[in-house]
Amino acid sequence: MSAEFILQQLLIGISLGSIYALIALGYTMVYGIIQLINFAHGDVMMVGAYVGWYCVTSLHMPFLPALLTAMLACALLGVVIERVAYKPLRKSTRLAALITAIGMSFFLEYGMMFIVSPQTRTFPPVFPQTIYHIGPVIVKYGDIVIIAVTVVLMTLLTLVVKYTRIGKAMRAVSFDKDAAALMGINVNNVISATFAIGSALAAAAGVLVGVYYNTIGPLMGIMPGLKAFVAAVLGGIGIIPGAMLGGLVLGLTEVFVSAIGFSTWRDAGAFLILIIVLIVKPTGLLGRNTREKV
Amino acid sequence: MRWTKYLIWLAAAGAFYALTLALSGAGFISRFMLMTMVQICIYIIMALGLNLITGFTGQLSIGHAGFMSIGAYAAGFLASTYGGRVSAALTEALGGAGGAAVYYIFILATLAAGAFVAAAFGVLLGLPTLRLRGDYLAIATIGFGEIVRIVLLNTKALGASSGLPVKNSVGWTTAYWLMLLSVVLIYNFVNSSHGRACISIRENEIAAETMGINTTKYKVMAFALGAGLAGLAGGIYANHMYLIHPNSFNFLKSFEILVMVVLGGLGSITGCILGAVVMTVMNNALSAFPEMRMIVISVLLVVMMIFRPNGLMGTTELRLPFRRKAAGGKEDVTHGL
Amino acid sequence: MNPRKNGILCLLLVLMCGVLVLSGCGGGGAATPPATPPAGGSDEPAAGEPINVGLNLELTGSSAEFGLSGQNGMKLAFDKVNAEGGVLDGRMFNYIPADNKSEAGEATSATTRLVGENVVAILGPMTTAAVLGSIQLVTDNNIVLITPSGTNARLTVNEDGTLNPWIFRACFIDPFQGEVAANFAMDVLGAETAAIAYDIVGDYSGGLAASFKQTFEAAGKTVVREEQFSAGDTDFRPIIENIKTAGPDVIFVPAYYTDDGRFVLQARDAEVTVPILGGDGWGSGDMVGIAGAENMNNTFYVDFVYMDDPSLQDFVSEYQAAYNRAPDGFSVLGYESAMMLVEAVKNAGGTDPEALRSALENLGEFTGISGTMTFDPETHNPAKTAVILESVDGVKEFKQIVEPK
Repeated sequence: MSAEFILQQLLIGISLGSIYALIALGYTMVYGIIQLINFAHGDVMMVGAYVGWYCVTSLHMPFLPALLTAMLACALLGVVIERVAYKPLRKSTRLAALITAIGMSFFLEYGMMFIVSPQTRTFPPVFPQTIYHIGPVIVKYGDIVIIAVTVVLMTLLTLVVKYTRIGKAMRAVSFDKDAAALMGINVNNVISATFAIGSALAAAAGVLVGVYYNTIGPLMGIMPGLKAFVAAVLGGIGIIPGAMLGGLVLGLTEVFVSAIGFSTWRDAGAFLILIIVLIVKPTGLLGRNTREKV
Repeated sequence: MRWTKYLIWLAAAGAFYALTLALSGAGFISRFMLMTMVQICIYIIMALGLNLITGFTGQLSIGHAGFMSIGAYAAGFLASTYGGRVSAALTEALGGAGGAAVYYIFILATLAAGAFVAAAFGVLLGLPTLRLRGDYLAIATIGFGEIVRIVLLNTKALGASSGLPVKNSVGWTTAYWLMLLSVVLIYNFVNSSHGRACISIRENEIAAETMGINTTKYKVMAFALGAGLAGLAGGIYANHMYLIHPNSFNFLKSFEILVMVVLGGLGSITGCILGAVVMTVMNNALSAFPEMRMIVISVLLVVMMIFRPNGLMGTTELRLPFRRKAAGGKEDVTHGL
Repeated sequence: MNPRKNGILCLLLVLMCGVLVLSGCGGGGAATPPATPPAGGSDEPAAGEPINVGLNLELTGSSAEFGLSGQNGMKLAFDKVNAEGGVLDGRMFNYIPADNKSEAGEATSATTRLVGENVVAILGPMTTAAVLGSIQLVTDNNIVLITPSGTNARLTVNEDGTLNPWIFRACFIDPFQGEVAANFAMDVLGAETAAIAYDIVGDYSGGLAASFKQTFEAAGKTVVREEQFSAGDTDFRPIIENIKTAGPDVIFVPAYYTDDGRFVLQARDAEVTVPILGGDGWGSGDMVGIAGAENMNNTFYVDFVYMDDPSLQDFVSEYQAAYNRAPDGFSVLGYESAMMLVEAVKNAGGTDPEALRSALENLGEFTGISGTMTFDPETHNPAKTAVILESVDGVKEFKQIVEPK
């Protein structure tokens, strides 16, 4: 294996990991705040991809407006899903909410299939087909966009969570919902905002995936959704830097397994890493060990 | 008292069985309905197993399809590899009818082997991962299920992507009685001191531990039993469905089982039976409208959960109204099977 | 007494009875009278009675795109025949779709359901594993099954060389396509080395890859790298890097157009410029749209049909009118399987199972819309002309025609 080969594979791993990280962020935010595994998250990503596709092909928008429209539309969708399906269940068992999430996931998948048919759709060329040579490594214009969008959105998110009122409120709610409510925080609005932001991030990932790999279909969200969940858990679910780390670890693991010639074991490798990490450090890579109160 | 109860129970189960045989003999039950009924039995066994793990012991597992596939492939591999030879040897030694009877025992043995192998994997997975809690355990079990699927997809000896063809040698009779056996098994387990220990873990693990319950032991026990039942269901599936394919056992299948259990009511035996029946029947009843099927099911699921978040049954069991009046709770506990 | 146990039992009884009723009404779907004699009956139904045909297809799930295309083709064919007055003095075709959810076990269920609907023939499933799960059932019930696109050789001929008498197909078998592609790579492209990347989930792709490799290596050439992926994978870049490092003269990627479209796109982006070859899975959809016209240059694939062929234009416009989209390879195969059945019913003069089976077996030379094919009664496989198409700036250009052996 030459150095050039390794560098190229590393780059692929980072670009793949960025996408996982972007989806994982939404997962982890929602989990952090209401401890719900939102299985419909991957499907929100799919809807985002379709909105982006519609904007580009039918409304002839350029990339950035299409991306923003998709994010906006999915933010709305996320809020609606939360209000309709999850909010009534906030007081019941976690499993009931989980099953509802699974139901929502099926609903989005097959509702979309009903509307747009299962036919695979493609984007017209959105990015310039430029290819850059950085030393021995080939970098596509699309790679740069993916990594850039991911970095920008993550930075924005971190800033929002750290320094804005709503971010503070989110942290407060995630720490203790009841205490936050007593302090005058409108918990419902905070949760809605979390869903809106998480879903917008998923939509961004959906458009990026759609444009980069140029195939979108109603079931495209299932596997990335599951992988992103793995990434979120790997990094420590509920922790924003954890999602980024988890996504990168996952992307690099997959690329590594493929590069050594076991491409069909790729997903198995990803899950195995997950199980091993969980056994060694049950709360994920960046998770803190919380002592359970009696 | 105990024996009369058993006998009444057995007689009623037998009567229902005889009824189905008579109806199918008279042509009122089509092959498709019979297959649906077998599938219901398979799903009931699966749901019982998962209910023990998730409903009674409180450990969220979403890898049940993995155990099912292990059972299916173990039983299917034995039946397809040695079935022909065993059958030939038996026919030669015992003649047609006797040979067939003993061959049936061989098939039952493959089912038992499937259940046993799956249970062994249950222990194997259970031991290291049970220190995980809640959602972490859930994702670890999903991971386990997917790893099993990928291993099967890559194993040429088990047919890999072409699937493993298995002769259809198990039908309604076997599925029905094994399902009843599983119900009795789970019922007795849950009402034994072991079962109480499992429930105490669900209610409060720390309190249970303080009371001197070896939580790891009971969690592993529940995992092994639940996985074993999934393996049994897999074995029936393999010997009934002509062909097994790794992708039939993906994580969506695990979701399906979980949905049955939660829909019926976590921690309720009758509930999970109800859940399995409702889901399977709904699935088949809507098969004439394929494009709407999943939409209807998903909407019903969400609506169900919003209005009955504890499932159809909650943790209660369905009882006959007149029995409820007659039965004292005390007797139930002390004399429970 | 233990009240709970009685409760459980009672519940079971009630539920089971409910199931009997429910699956009775629900499974029915199309309203078919239950009293017709079983398919094996010798008395021929009266003229004018509809001919029930089951369509066991991937209508939902991961292969829904293929199943729906196939279904469109089949419906088009049957509707056309029915509109022209049916067959045998006005007998109409009544098609009963059943969804197999792209899953082998569900395909068995669907076949069981169709058997209960007294169908005389089943069209589908599209994928090999789903067909495998139905073979025993249709054989036991004397129902012919025509798979439009199940390419695995052992669907019709078992590994021990025995024939599956009730199974037929409308498509190539894997070995032929792989050979054609390998010969083309060696003779026309002058390749000395090749790399193969195939999908391990359906066994269509693996079958083509194996026969390509066999032919290629038998001629003394080398396969320098073999890579596998799983259908639906989006990212092929790691394995493309592996292939690039091995430096083959050609790359053979015999999977479906969605995966392979992404593969070609990512390969060209990684500056892999060598010719890329594929099988008929490439022809089933808009691969140029995925990979981009420029990237598709210097790619070739084996197909059974050249969609721009003038003789196909009637079908293309009819299909376009009916479904408002262009037909793909699966719709052509679906249409042809339906036409095979229609022809066989005519030849058999009715729907007696054995007569129908024998009519299909002895179909001999059959002119479908994609050309003329010859059915071998020994193997039930059609011998079709293969065409090799090249993609030039997004347009498929006819490159070579290969006559069957």
